[in-house]
Order: sequence, then C-alpha cells, then structure tokens
Amino acid sequence: MNALLSIENVSVSFAQPKRLFGGPRASLRAVDDVSAEIGEGETLALVGESGSGKTTLGHVVAGLRKPSAGRVRLRGAELDAANRALAGRAIQIVFQDPFSALDPRMPVSDIIAEPLRIQGAASKAERRARAAALVEEVGLPVDALNRYPHEFSGGQRQRIAIARALAPAPHLIVADEPLSALDVSIQSQILNLFRDIQKRERLSYLFISHDLGVVEHLADRVAVLYLGRIIELARREDIFAHPAHPYTRALLDSMPRIGKGRHRKRAIKGEMPSPLAPPSACVFHPRCPLVQDICRTLAPRFEPLAARPSHLAACHFKE
Amino acid sequence: MLAFTLRRMGQTLVVLLVMSFIIYGLIGLMPGDPIDIMAASMPGVTPEVVAKLRAIYGLDQPLMLRYWRWLMAALQGDLGFSRTHSQPVLEVLTPALWQTCKLMISSFVLSVIAALILGVVSALRPGGFVDSFVSLFAFAGISVPVFWLALVLILTFAVALHWLPASGMTNVGDGGVMDQVRHLTLPVLTLMLANTGQFTRYVRAAMIETLRMDFVRTAWAKGAGAWRVVIVHALRNALIPVVTIMALSFGTLFSGALVTETMFAQQGMGKMIYDSILSNDFNLALSGLLFATLITLLSNLAADLAYGWLDPRIALK
Amino acid sequence: MTDLATEGALASPARAIEAAQSVWSLRWRRFRHHRAGIASLAILALLVLFCLSAYPLERYLNLDSNATDLLSRYDPPSATHWLGTDEGGRDELLRLMYGGQISLLVGLLATVIGGGIGVSLGLVAGYFGGRLDSFLMRLTDGVIALPLLPLLIVLAALDLTKLGFSSEFAHSGAAGFWRIVVIIALVDWTAIARLVRAATLSVKERDYILAARASGAGALYVMATHVLPNIVTPIIVALTLTVGRVILFESVLSFLGFGIVPPTPSWGNMLNNAQELVTTAPALAIYPGLLIFITVIAVNFLGDGMQHAFDPRSERR
Repeated sequence: MNALLSIENVSVSFAQPKRLFGGPRASLRAVDDVSAEIGEGETLALVGESGSGKTTLGHVVAGLRKPSAGRVRLRGAELDAANRALAGRAIQIVFQDPFSALDPRMPVSDIIAEPLRIQGAASKAERRARAAALVEEVGLPVDALNRYPHEFSGGQRQRIAIARALAPAPHLIVADEPLSALDVSIQSQILNLFRDIQKRERLSYLFISHDLGVVEHLADRVAVLYLGRIIELARREDIFAHPAHPYTRALLDSMPRIGKGRHRKRAIKGEMPSPLAPPSACVFHPRCPLVQDICRTLAPRFEPLAARPSHLAACHFKE
Repeated sequence: MLAFTLRRMGQTLVVLLVMSFIIYGLIGLMPGDPIDIMAASMPGVTPEVVAKLRAIYGLDQPLMLRYWRWLMAALQGDLGFSRTHSQPVLEVLTPALWQTCKLMISSFVLSVIAALILGVVSALRPGGFVDSFVSLFAFAGISVPVFWLALVLILTFAVALHWLPASGMTNVGDGGVMDQVRHLTLPVLTLMLANTGQFTRYVRAAMIETLRMDFVRTAWAKGAGAWRVVIVHALRNALIPVVTIMALSFGTLFSGALVTETMFAQQGMGKMIYDSILSNDFNLALSGLLFATLITLLSNLAADLAYGWLDPRIALK
Repeated sequence: MTDLATEGALASPARAIEAAQSVWSLRWRRFRHHRAGIASLAILALLVLFCLSAYPLERYLNLDSNATDLLSRYDPPSATHWLGTDEGGRDELLRLMYGGQISLLVGLLATVIGGGIGVSLGLVAGYFGGRLDSFLMRLTDGVIALPLLPLLIVLAALDLTKLGFSSEFAHSGAAGFWRIVVIIALVDWTAIARLVRAATLSVKERDYILAARASGAGALYVMATHVLPNIVTPIIVALTLTVGRVILFESVLSFLGFGIVPPTPSWGNMLNNAQELVTTAPALAIYPGLLIFITVIAVNFLGDGMQHAFDPRSERR
C-alpha cells in the first residue's frame, strides 16, 4: 500500500522520578506498540478516552516527541532529527485549546505565516501574501490579518490555527481534539471547514477525538486506543456497524443518539486503570463484560478478523 | 521527608566547601602579601630570607595545595593567627560572634513582634488609613540606606537630645547590663526600623490571604465572639510560612548588622570582617567571612527544612 | 460563507472597540491611576534633571567642583555655595549633583548587566529543564544563600594587579567604576533568574510554542520570539525594583570605602567621614543619604505601580 504516513510499533514511555533507596525506576507507558497507516487524502480517526495516549501519539507524529521505541515514516522515509525540516513542512498540527494555541503578542498575519518564517522558505512579501490567501480560505475577513488573537472568538481562533497549519502546504495535519473546546453550534462549522479543506488541498488527517459522533462525519478509518494500546482498527462503516472489541461497542453505546431507538446502554463498569499499573494480559479484562479466564492470562494479538481482513482487533472473542 | 532533609544538608555542605575555596582564592587576591608585610617589620631582611620564609609558610605552593592544608587545619580547629590582634583567630572570633548575636537576635525578635502587630492591624482594614500609613512605613524601611538611618538616629538621639550614647559598647568604668543595653539601643533600633518594613509586608499579605478564606466568613457570620478565635486561628495559619520567610532574610540582616556595627563601633563579626579586610589580616578575614557564610547558610537550611516539613509539596521537588 | 455572519455577531461591538487599543495603552491608563506610581515617575524625572544640571550650574556659578580650598571648609550656605562647602572646601550642591550622576549610572548599568545575566540563566534553566536546570538552580540557590555585603567587600578589595592588569589601569577611576558595576551585577542576578525561570516554565508548554516546534523551530527562535515577549512584564517590574537595590548596594560600598573612590563623588562616599560630619556639619550628613532615600523609595513605588498596571488578572490572554 502506498501509505503517506506509517506508524510502526511506536511506544512512548515516561520514566518516573528516581527512587531514593534503589530499586528499578517505574515507567509509564503512555503509548504501547502502536502501528497504523494513513494513505493520501485519507482521514484516520484516533479515538479514546482521556489517558488513552492519543494526544501523546499525535505529538509523536507531529514531531513534538521522540518515541521510546518504533518509528514513524513519511512516504517511506524515517522521520528523525536529520529530516526535521521536511517533517516540519509536511506534517502540521492543530491543537485543542484555541485560547492557548495563538501567541497573544503576535498579529494574525505573523501567526499564520510563522511556519514559513521558521522554515526560511519565503520572503516577507511572499509570507504576507500567503497569509492573506489562507485567511480567506478559512473563512475570515482580510482585515483580520492586522488584529490580535484576543479580538477573536474561539471558533475564529481555531480558524486562524487551521490557516497556520495550512501555511507550509502540508500533506498531513494532526488534529488533536480541535472541536472539543468549542461551542456546539460552532463545532459543525469547523468540522465542515476541515472537510472542505481536505477536499481542496488533498490533505490527510490524523484526527484525534473522544467523540465518536464527530468521527462518524469525517473519518475514512477509525483506530481505537485504550491505555496506550490500539485495540481496534477498521473502516468507518465497519466500526460503526460491526464493532469487534467490547470496548468499542461500549463507546458506541454511550454515544448520545436522538431517536435512533432507545436501547439499554451498557455502562462500562469501573474506571480506566492508571497507566502506571496496567492490567496483565488483556488490558481491558477488569472491565470487560465478556471476560473469561483466557483474557486474564494471555494477551490477545492485534490481528485481522477472519471475516474482514481490513478490520483488526485485539480480543479473543472478536469474531 | 528524610530524603529531602539529607539532600538539603548535603547541598549546604557542598556550597560551604565551594565557598571556602572561592573565598580562600579571593583573599589571596587581596592587596598585600603576608610575607612582605612580615618582612617589612623585620629590619635588614634579605631576599633569600624572604624566600625561605615563604617556603616555611608554604606560600610558594600552588593554590590547591595551600587550600587543602588550610582546610585540614581548619577542620581540626586551627584557624590560624590574627596578625592585627596578635591572637589566634578563634579567640578573636568568639567574642565578636557573641556581640553580633546580641545585636541580630534582639533586633530580629523586636522586628518580628512589631511586624506582627503592624501587619495584622493593617490587614484588618486593607486600604484604610492605618494600612496606608503602615505601607508607607514599610516602603520606607526597605528603601532607606542603613548607614544613613544610623546617622540620622545618632544625630537625633545622641547629638541633639543626648539621650543615648553615639557609639561604643560600654562606657569606660561601667560595663553593667544597663550600660550595655543603653549602648545597644540605637544599633538595635536602626536594624529594627530597616527590617520591620519587609517583615510587615509579608505578615500583611499572609493575613489578607488567610482572612479571605471561608472559615473566616463563617466566624464573622457567627458574631463578634468568634472574632477573637479568627484572629488567633488565622494568625497561626498565616504565621508559619511567614516566619520561615523571615528566617531566610538572615543574609540581609547580617549585612545590615555589618554596617550598623561599623557605624556604632560595636566589636561584632561584621566590623571585624570589615577591619580585617582593610588591614589585610588574611587569616582573620578568611575565617570571619566563612563564619558569616556558615551562619547564613545554616539559617537558610533551617528555614528550608521548616518550610519543607510544613508543606510536603516542596519536599517532593 | 455564512459562518462569518454568525461568528461576527458573536464578537460583540465592545470587543471591536477595545481591539483598537493596544495592550500597552490599557496598561498606561491603569498605571496613571496609581497615585504613588505616577508621583514617583515625576520625582525620578526631577531627580535626573537635578543631577544633569551639574555642569550648567557649575559654569553659571563659575566654580570648579573638584577644586579643594582648605580655607573654606564647612562653610555655611552662601550666594556662591548654595548649600555650603564640604570638608575639602568644595561646593556641596555640585558634588551632590555629580555624585547623583555616578550613583544613578552605576544603578542603571549594574541593573542592566545583572538583569542580562539573570534573564539568560532563567530562560535557559526554564526552557531546557533537566540537568541543566538543576545545576543552574543549585548555583542560584547557592548565591542567594550567601551574605552579600561581606562578599561584595572582598570582591571590591581585590588587587587587580594580581589578576594581571597593569598597575596604572588598576588604580584608575574607570577601573574603580566598572569594578563596582561588575561585582554588584555578579551577585544581584539571582532574583531575576528565579523569576524568569518560573515565568518561562509557565509559558513553555503553551500550544503556540508547540506549534512553532512542530514546524521545526529551534530553541533559540522559540525563546526569543515566543517566550521572552510573553514574560517581559514581570521582568520589567523586577528590573525596576533591582535598580533600587543596586543603588543601595553601591551607596553602602562607597560609604565603607570600597566603592567609588574619592575624589569622584558618589552619594555613598560623601558620607565617608560621617563621624566627623555629625559633630561639625550635620546638614552635610543628611543631604546625600536623603537623596538616596528619595531615589530608592521612588523607584520602589514606581515598581509597585507598574505591578498594578501589569496585573495579569485584569488583562486578557
């Protein structure tokens, strides 16, 4: 497959503070052996609750964090310190909080053109022209260029952040929960903006979200993360119609649906355990309604379903 | 907790050692040379004798070696000989230390008491007349040059009013407690006026913070009787971090004491350090400076430990 | 683009008006309301004017402020000597003015240099974290824990010839001036370093910095473009307060004889022979210290006013 981006066995561990009286240092595995691919023009949605490691993984892809193990490849080329510049142009990121994503001391035109300035690619005039073009593309008036972030609402700021991400003409944008901090009425506007831009610029997205409703509208494929591990990966239609992993099913059940037939929501019992002490074998087993002895002793492999090879899950009872 | 204590004690020790080396080096850079000074008072001395003297005293050795020899001797209690006092350094330091302690401790205690009163009173009505006045007084305290304040006090109380002696520690022929107190009054008053301002601001800020809390509002609602409970309880809460912060200002207190002792001719550590640097008494200067550093480091350590014990979050850093 | 209409309506007209005003004009307005701050700004302006009038006044009165005239020592105020003469028969007023120039200049220079050291160390420690941060913080804590005045005295007493400078340079006025500036800067950077480090830490993880890093920005770019401009306000306040501290340091060093060396006047060294002044010419003992006092208290109030004006609680992000 001609993948634009491939995540290969990426793990991210954080060493805990040293203990005074010896003993091994505790380690927090925020991301554990995750592999996935994103094709050209494709949207891969990364879904999970807080603490699932999705933001950490997003940061690794965006080049903000080095993985403790594994690698990320862009069109086959491994992303490391050597080709940082290439990565900076090709992969951009949009953050969750529009209120801290823009430097309050910089005017909007400088904010938008900043990636170009950092990469030294364009002259001042060229940068200004590009900022003007981008501002229009994200649906803001041209006079926004001379204003400062504090003069804009949350939704508008997010548009500015998107314009900034578009400045170096990237191939992939990591969108880390870009709608979560916005008012509900604005969310659909920004979501549509993401869609329009993707079509226009032939972009790929790594779209991180905890909201499956949002994912349903934008994703081509969906990956579900739990405690840093990828437990299901499938095409959007398949995830929603035939979820294979009990956790995914529970997530879908907890989606608020208006009028789609009231059926009893099966609440997931318990809370997500701390990543410092993950459960043995199948990490979901303490909360799983289908748990059996094998779940407690043998970790299920993340592998394709017999019925649909494009659909992968890590569960002994996925079929 | 234990780890925190050990770590801080270790750090203090390291700083002390490093400072001892640095000060040793700096003293060596002071004008004059001990051998030359000695030779100047020996008539008919030849360069060969000077060189021999240098070798005897080990002053022709490299810096690190000399420092090491000095350190070893110091750890055994031998701090050398003071040229200007013709006595072993330790015998000069000890009474000076005692004198400075008298000055610093009495002014510190009085400052704290004054700061508590002023701080609480001004916190009760922030923005009021008393508060504005106290704030002005506090600002003045941190802005005034200590030596000038001492001058003004001398002019007022000693020269103009003749109430108190202008300098010295005792009158000749006296030496009783009352006499010592009279001589200490102006120095202590000087230090007090200079330091109370800073302390008052701490107390005031801490009290305002505490008085804003919910348990105070509850007490207010309950009536005047609870008022006294509030002051006592709020004060206790506010006091603890404040006192530790005050302990951290030991360094500035010592600097103020140095100036005050010089102005009022008190034979304390500060004046001793000053005199020894002026007269190139190397051993005395070195030991005096180290003592001052040691005392300041110890008080900082004590304040840090107290702070860490009271607020466990600090210990985790 | 129907989005625009809805979103435009969400940004209220009030916001559009305030948008026209920059952040700085808002701050200036708030500063103007702080009476003490505005008054201090005026007082400091007057003081600077006062000091700068030295040369014009000298020409006008046809005097030489450095010429000693031992027949006219301690003269009372007259038509030629508006404040009388000092112990060398020199005009007191002119000496106060020239001394002010020196003291203020030292204050400014030492603040800028010490501030530069503090900002750099704080930035680096806060941004890079890890072992570098630990080391720098230990260093800072070590310096903070030292008794500053004794240390300054030793540093000021160093014999520059032992460091390899020529004897002529070592004893020049310029060397003396710069020595004071440098040693004060060397010990006074710690408060700013801590402040800058804390401010850097609070800004470091903001998303706009992550965005720049994602585009490939290096550490230097991020620190200069994003961190510094966003932490500039507490730095300005801290630098203002530093000026006051530095002026006090210089004056006490000069007073003790280790700072600016006569005949160059400085407010501190004009009180060198304070004991003599107290009995012979008390007024002369008051003037220099009073000027120091007024300057420092004005600077402190100015810093306080700035702190109110920059209060982030009333500022939007």
